[in-house]
Formats: sequence, structure tokens, C-alpha cells
Amino acid sequence: MDRRAWLTRIGALAAAGIATRPDRLVGQEGADPLRMPGAVQQRTAVAASQNDETVKAIEHRLKCTCGCNLDIFTCRTTDFTCGTSPELHKEVVALLESGNTPDQVVAAFVAKYGEEVLMAPKAEGFNIAGYIVPGLVLTLAGAGLAAVLMRRHRVAAQAPALAASQAGGAVAIPGGASAEELARLEQALMDVDR
Amino acid sequence: MTLLGNFSLWVALLLSAWAAATSFSGGWRDKPQVALAVVRSTYGVWIALIVASIALWKGLFAHDFNIEYVAAYTSRNLPDSYVFSAFWAGQKGSLLFWAAVLATFGAIAQFTASKRHKELMPYVAGVTLAVTGFFVIVMLFGGANPFDRLSFTPPDGRGLNPQLQNPGMVIHPPMLYLGYIAITIPFAFAMAALLSRKLDTGWVHAIRRWSLLAWIFLSVGITLGMWWAYVELGWGGYWAWDPVENASLLPWLTLTAFLHSVMIQEKRGMLKKWNVGLVVGTFLLSIFGTFITRSGIIASVHSFTQSNVGYFFLAFLIIVAVVAFTLLYTRWHLLEPETELESMASREAAFLFNNLALVGIAFSVLWGTLFPILSEAVRGTKITVGPPFFNRVNIPLGLLLLALTGIGPLIAWRKASPENLRRQFTFPVATGLVIALAAMGVGIRDFYVLMALGLGAFVLGTIAQEFYRGIRARNRMHGEGVISAFLALIGRNRRRYGGYIVHLGIVIYFVAFTGMAFKVTQEVTLKPGDSTEIKSPFGHTWKLTSLGVSQYEALNRVVSAATLELERDGKPMGRINSEKRQHVDSFGQKSFEPSTEVGILSDLREDLYVVYAGSIGGTEESSFAISINPLVWWVWYGGVVLVIGGIITMWPGGVSQPARKRQSAQAGYAVPMAGAAVEP
Repeated sequence: MDRRAWLTRIGALAAAGIATRPDRLVGQEGADPLRMPGAVQQRTAVAASQNDETVKAIEHRLKCTCGCNLDIFTCRTTDFTCGTSPELHKEVVALLESGNTPDQVVAAFVAKYGEEVLMAPKAEGFNIAGYIVPGLVLTLAGAGLAAVLMRRHRVAAQAPALAASQAGGAVAIPGGASAEELARLEQALMDVDR
Repeated sequence: MTLLGNFSLWVALLLSAWAAATSFSGGWRDKPQVALAVVRSTYGVWIALIVASIALWKGLFAHDFNIEYVAAYTSRNLPDSYVFSAFWAGQKGSLLFWAAVLATFGAIAQFTASKRHKELMPYVAGVTLAVTGFFVIVMLFGGANPFDRLSFTPPDGRGLNPQLQNPGMVIHPPMLYLGYIAITIPFAFAMAALLSRKLDTGWVHAIRRWSLLAWIFLSVGITLGMWWAYVELGWGGYWAWDPVENASLLPWLTLTAFLHSVMIQEKRGMLKKWNVGLVVGTFLLSIFGTFITRSGIIASVHSFTQSNVGYFFLAFLIIVAVVAFTLLYTRWHLLEPETELESMASREAAFLFNNLALVGIAFSVLWGTLFPILSEAVRGTKITVGPPFFNRVNIPLGLLLLALTGIGPLIAWRKASPENLRRQFTFPVATGLVIALAAMGVGIRDFYVLMALGLGAFVLGTIAQEFYRGIRARNRMHGEGVISAFLALIGRNRRRYGGYIVHLGIVIYFVAFTGMAFKVTQEVTLKPGDSTEIKSPFGHTWKLTSLGVSQYEALNRVVSAATLELERDGKPMGRINSEKRQHVDSFGQKSFEPSTEVGILSDLREDLYVVYAGSIGGTEESSFAISINPLVWWVWYGGVVLVIGGIITMWPGGVSQPARKRQSAQAGYAVPMAGAAVEP
């Protein structure tokens, strides 16, 4: 290998090394300070409890009290400006760690912050109306509509029969068309207009 | 500019008050010149409000911070596009926007209305001008005048909320406003028909395109709102059942019901009372949405600053409801149906149940939105009605609606025979069952997801069958190829096939919504060089490696961009950025809390959604919220398909004159047959 080839090879190896190893990632004992740290929210390192599915499920049932109208989990993982939801998260974790079940945690929140802290009201007492009225109204309206339509249909169906009996049993055919022609017309209309 | 703006508002108020009073008193009757003056007042009010709008835009672009509105919503370093959209960013400007657009629509309605409706037009002018005048009153007397001046001139304005500095927010609010506002025109025609007692199908024909236009604007506005919430707010979802979101959905639902039920009135002469009621209800719901947004009566993330404006809207809502329903009651006898339903197995019946489902969902959403107020009034206890409540109550109703979306087109008008039903339902039902079983086969066990997929496939089967039969018929009759037959099919019967495309959009929406049931989220802290992995519901493994945070100054903000390198199943997938933006005024002072720009990598199956949460100890070590959101892009595609279908349905022409006559004959009420008890 001549000197030129050796230098070329060394250069290529060095370039490959630089390309695959960005200098900012060398040594991970610490991270570089930001030039303008005030331009970013300051956070604490993510704790295991923040990814705990039980904690998340409880937080989805409870409203953040900061006034955002979101549940605790959504509020604390949305734009990270809220100082309330991280504190409420800590309360949830503390209650769970002290041996409470998820329902007991929720009950403790209701006792402390009132019923408004629930993202959906408990289905008891007057709140039952909240859950069943829409379905009930729709069911009753549907049944009423069906009853009215069937009654009208019966009345409409009885009218030609009544006319036929008054005319001696023969149904008056509009426009003098034959029954066969009317049947064909009916079929054609249904086919075209389907 | 403020002088010109105020003057224009007063001109608009006085002119609209005179024309509305003349119209409602009937003072134009037998006086063609007065009738013409009433109609032309619409143009006068339009000009006055356009001048006022130009005056406000002039103030915004001139950075006239002595105008309170300009100082509150703009700053010297705000990009021009957002200075433009600041017009409707605040309460006062949005009221002027509403009034100006309504005046424009009113003028267009007068200009384009055919002579067939000349007896209605002065009333239409009166109603549109009364509503326009109401908005001007709110501005002038409700403490919402966008031309109010400050007692001093600040050196710079406060700037626009960073979350509103997004292209979605430039388009989303005006689209929703256009939808709300366009509803006023059908309402004006309905009121005109009631006032003039001209309650034949004339007013229904006159409002068809306006109704579709309002529906399209609302659809675009709602979809863009979902997109904005998804890309800007950073919570990884697009619909939170917030009261203001609900308020936009309510008129959309009732308008959709009207667009179906009006077909029954046009074809069969039925549902006249119901249709007037739906138009009135839709208008009231559009005002109700405005009332919710501006009154502060219900907690919402979208609300404008609480003000007295809400009382004006509440009073207006009550007055309009009383007047409209009193008019409807007094004209009840003029709205009798021309034909009766012939069978429960008919398209009319299916449409009626479809209407019931749509109005039922609207009622359910309204009920849930207002239930906290009701509960507080009855029990004295404040409660929250959030997504868990709405999902529990509305998902079953939504699935019922999806089923009816497929059933309606399969049943013939008037009466379907058992043979007809068998022939029509076999393929769509089989399609739905196959897809539902296949979904179970791949391990999906969520009942609602299975139902949504099965019913979505059923509707898709209906649409495919309708297109297939139409194309085959054209192929047989005209020898057309598949593509030309497909295009001719849509071109010649835009309403029917445009409607099917809308249904396709609805199916796509529903299927996309199921994706959120499988969303996964995790929070991590990463130093530069650290990696984390997240498993997607589709079985992929994503690896994200932090490349650190770079900071730089942009036009009106300091940007901190966290970059992550991506791999999916070991394959490089590029990089993703999520930013924190600290907005500053022109003196470099912080103007708002740092906002978040989400990093999103999308494909047809799933979105990788990264939110840079913040810095650990002021270093490049950062915390992130990382989510995999399945099927989200299908929500946007569904919206596009929906709107394309709506535009096709609305597009003029498409049916030849003989075909129109044939349709009239099919209607059954327009061509009386000898001996048949059918009224003209």
C-alpha cells in the first residue's frame, strides 16, 4: 500500500467515524446546559408512576382543578404549563401507595374536592337522569313515531278498500289504467327511484 | 379609522332597523317601490359593514395600538397572516366578522334569488337585516365595539395567543362562522314562508344550496377544528366533548337531518312542519353555540372573555324561539302533508328514523352540555360532564345512526317488497358480517370497535352496490366503460351519488374514531444519546433516540427544538422535532407562557406523536410525552371525502330537463292522476 492509498483509507475511516458518532453524544454522564433555559418549562425527571396504567386510569376519571376542564392525565401531559395537575398526580400516587384501591382514591378526591372533580357524574340519584334521559327520549320518540306511522298506514290502506266496497267490490283504478299497467308502473317507479 | 368604523356601524344599524321594521309590518305590500327599497337596504347594510371591516383591518395593519382591540390581539412583530386573522381572534372582531359576512350572504341571497320567490324576498331581507342589526346592537351597546379607543397609546400590543398562531386557526374559525352564518339564510326563507303563508315547496327549493353550503362550511370548520386541536394543543386527541365543540356539532346534526328530511318533502310532500321546525331549530342552535362561547355560562377551554354579551344572545335566543314557534303554530294548518306514508318498509320511513337518530344525538349532546347547569339548579351541587359521559351515552346512538346510513339507500321509496329487501340487503349485510368476524379473528374484542367496523363495512357494501348497479345499468344502456359510466353516474345524479360519497366520508370517520381505543402513551426523560422504545398497536417497535435540544430566535419567539432520531422495527425513519416556543414582544419581553409545537410522523396506519414537555434542570436532558395514535389521518381523509361529496351534491346542474320532469312525476304529488285523491 503506497502512502497516497494509506492516507485515503485513514481519511475515509475518520470521516465514517465522525458521521456515525455525533460529538454531542459522546459521554453521557451529563447533558449540556441550554443557552436560554428560561425559554422552556422546567420539569423533573419522569417517574415510573407517570407511566403506571392504574394511575393513568384513575387520572382519566378525575378533573384537574386548575380550571382547564381536562382530566388530570390529559392536563399534565398536554402543554405542561399547568402546575396543578402534577400536584394532583402526586396525590393520586400517594393515595395508591398508602394502600387505597382505585375506587377509594377517587372517593378520597370527591371527599376533598367535591363531586365536580369527577369527569363523569356517578350514575346515582338525580345523575341517573343524565344517563338515561337521552336514550329514553329517543326510544319513546321512536316508538311513538312507529305507532303514528302504522296507524296512518292502516288508515291509508283502509281507504281504497272502503271505496271498493262502496263501489261494489271493484277498486277504482285512477286514469283508467289496468291493474297490470299499474303494477308495471309501480315496479318501474321502484326500480328507477330506488 | 375608528370614526369611519363607528359611522359605518351606525349606518348599518339604522338602515337594517328601518328595513326590518317595514318588512315585518308588511308596509311594503302593494308598494313596489318600498318593497324594492327594503330589498336594496340589504346592499346598503352590506356596504356599510364592509367599510367597517376594512376600517378594522386598516387599524390592525397600521398597528394603531390606541384601538383597544388592536392592542389586545396584535403586536408589532406578529406575522402579517396572523394580523389578518386577528380580525376574528377576539370577541369584538368576531362579532363584526359575523355581521359583515351575514350582510354579504344576505346580499348574495337577494341578488341570486329568482323572480319565483319575489313575494318572499322582502321578508327574507327583513329577517337577515334583523339578525345583522342584532349583531350591530351587541357591538354598539353590549360593550363589544371593536373601534373602542384606549385613553393612552401603548408602545406595543399584547400579541396573539400562541395557540392561535397556527394555519388551522386562520381557517378554522371563519369556516365555522361561515357555517353558522349561512344557516341564517334558510332560516330567513323559512320565516318568510311562514310570514307570507307561501308554504309550498318554493322556499324549500330556494334554500337547498344555502343549506348545503352551511353544512359544508360547518363540516370543514369542525374537521379543521379537530385538526387544530390535534396538531396544536398537544394532548394527542381531536375531540374532547368540550361545550364549544358540542355547540358546533349541534347545528351540524340538525342540518344533516334537514338535508335528509327535505328530500321527503320534495319527493312526497310530507314532513313540512318537521322541516320548518328543523330549520328554526338549527338556527337557534347556531345562536346557542355563540351564547355558550361568549357568556361563560359553561366552563370551556374555548370561551372568549366573560362579558355582558351573553345576556344579549340569551335574550335574542328567547325572542327568536318565541316568534318562530308562534308563527309555526299559527301556520300549522297550512303545512299538512300531501301524501301519507305507504309502508314502514320504505325509504321515507328509513329517513324518518334517520332523522330521529340525528335529532336524538343532538338532544343527547345538548342534554349532556347543559346537565351540569340542570344538576346545580336541582341539587345545588356542581358536577362535571366530560368525555366518559358523552362516550357512554353517544357511542350507541352514533352506531345506530351508522346503521341507518346504510339502511336508508337500500329501501325503495313508497314501499319495498320482501324480494326487493332481500336483493338489496344480502351483499351489504354479508360484507358487514365478514369484516366484523375478520376483526374478531385478528383479536379485536372491544364491542364498540367491532360494531363500528361491521356497520362501517355494511354501509360501504351499500355504497359499493349502488355504484356497481348504476355503472352496470349505464354500461348496458349506453355501452359506457367503467370510468366513464362512473363519472356520468355522479355527473347526472349529483345529489344521490354525492350523498353516497358523503356517506363514505362518514364511514371513514367512524372507522378512524375506533383507532383511539388503541392509543398508547408513555412519558420518558432522555439525555442526548439516550433511547426509548414504544410498541405500537400494529405490532411495530419504535425506537426514539434523543439528539439534544437546539435553541434559536425566530421572528417573534425563541424556539427550543428537541430532535429525536427514529427507527421502526430497526429501520431508520428520519428525525422528528418538537418545539417549545417562547413568544416575545418587539422589545424582547416574554408575552405568553411557552407553548408547545408537537412533532408528528404520520402514515395511513398510525401517528407517532411527540411532545417536548420541558427541560430537566435547564439542560438538554428533556422529558417527552410519546404517543402512538392509530388511524388518525383517516379522520382528515374522511373530512375531505365528506366535503367533496357535499360539493358534488351542491354543484348546479347534472339532471336534464326531461329527467327533472320525470322526478316530479315520481314525486307523486306534482302530477295528480285522475280519480286519485291527490292535491296539487
